[in-house]
Amino acid sequence: MGEEIRVVEREFGELALNMGPQHPSTHGVLHLTLHLRGETVVKAIPGIGYLHRGVEKLSEHLAYEQLAPVFERDDYLGPTANSLGYCVAVERLAGIEVPRRAAWLRTLVAELQRIASHLVWLGTLGLDLGGALGGGTTLYMYCFREREKLMDFMEALTGTRFHTNYNLIGGARYDIDAETAARARKLADEMEACVDELRSMTSGTGIFRGRMRGVGVIPTDLALAIGVTGPVLRGSGVGFDVRRAFPYDAYDELSFDVPVRTECDAEARFEIRMAEILESAKLVRQIVDGLPEGPIFGRKPLKNPKATRVKEGELYAAVESPRGELGFYLVADGTAKPYRLKINAPSFRNLQIIPHIAPGLLLADVIATLGSLDPVLGDVDR
Amino acid sequence: MPAAEVQEALRIRCEAREFALGAEIDAGALLDCLRTLRDSHGYRTYVLASATDRKETIEVVHGVRNPETADDFFVKVILPAEAPELDSAAMVYAGAEWQEREILDLFGVTFRNHPDPRRILMPDEYEGHPLRKDFPMDTPWGYRPDCGAEES
Repeated sequence: MGEEIRVVEREFGELALNMGPQHPSTHGVLHLTLHLRGETVVKAIPGIGYLHRGVEKLSEHLAYEQLAPVFERDDYLGPTANSLGYCVAVERLAGIEVPRRAAWLRTLVAELQRIASHLVWLGTLGLDLGGALGGGTTLYMYCFREREKLMDFMEALTGTRFHTNYNLIGGARYDIDAETAARARKLADEMEACVDELRSMTSGTGIFRGRMRGVGVIPTDLALAIGVTGPVLRGSGVGFDVRRAFPYDAYDELSFDVPVRTECDAEARFEIRMAEILESAKLVRQIVDGLPEGPIFGRKPLKNPKATRVKEGELYAAVESPRGELGFYLVADGTAKPYRLKINAPSFRNLQIIPHIAPGLLLADVIATLGSLDPVLGDVDR
Repeated sequence: MPAAEVQEALRIRCEAREFALGAEIDAGALLDCLRTLRDSHGYRTYVLASATDRKETIEVVHGVRNPETADDFFVKVILPAEAPELDSAAMVYAGAEWQEREILDLFGVTFRNHPDPRRILMPDEYEGHPLRKDFPMDTPWGYRPDCGAEES
């Protein structure tokens, strides 16, 4: 290494600039070494690992039942998806049935958190793009005002605003009453209404479109070879969604569209996420209207977390987190602890695209591109 | 579920053995196998690389996907735990680059012809490979994450 990473200014005027790990527009602690010629990037080297907490190692030492809350700390903007992915993997390998009502409720919480995560993404994108969008923090404040309603709802449903810890292996933790369900329905309407307002501040303005259109183009072939996922992949013209391809929980019973754009640029990824907010609102309404009756936990009550054993085997299970496909490669050996658990994080896969597409971009466009990928560094580093 | 005819084709071409999620092959046949999957069977997307320390051996798994049929295929290679070495798949699937760096970092597997063989999550000067089973988990302050003895 050494040679390439060192900050060098060569005789022909190439400058290596360290962006991050404390730069506000790197969404946490991403470290980008950008080699610049003038204002144009000729090479970008991402450095990650500043938030590595060894979750995979930890998971080999805790019991299955103790692990779901640990994974919620990974992707800290969509925590439910993490524990959901883990629970789905364990349920499939151990052959545990989830009651229908629990599956629907888990879907409800996952979709509401998808909206919340996309709102944080849009707000921080507004910060990244800076003063051009009405003084920088305006969009951020509008997004967080809407997100606050979702957080309040989560508190009413689960007692926790953020790390809801809602998913259990084989069920859901809290049932919903009629009043809270009506509130979820109202929330779906409010989220749909807020999309119009947010659009008027973003895609409705020429400045925003100018910063996003044609920027950070990811060709379809490259997107497939790298294996980017989620809105980034769907923005590059591949209509792949884990909720469709490998349905889990209630998704095979619900109707929703998978938005796809073929422009492959940052604006396409923006449009996908805005459309996904509407789709999630649609799903929330369907779930509240059609929620089946029944128990929310199908197994015998556990006296001891170590009582859950998973038979020997290997399995890969994925869910669609707000950032894309979140997979768990689980290797079990018949004991109460996973033998090996690999987390296939969507942000990790999406961030890999940066060294491929950054050369040729302007420095300011790198920030817009990075914002459009929506990486969460807790998810990247695990 | 992996497609049966792909498993059969790989068994003939690369002498693949049975594996529930795809195929298990010899280390030397890995790149040929991945190229066959990509070019002849439509597995164009890269999903993940994972490794498992089985104490005497290290298992490396590459996961690839056919985005049209939504079909996943996992290729497993078994390496000796002493000085494991494997061809890098980064030239076949660009997405393998970081995933292999992660295995290099956490398991100490050497990838031949890897474009950028550096540690990725741990600091560059770090010693040891944390996801190996023999990695010491004891801390100076005596804490050791553990769920305790097993009961039924």
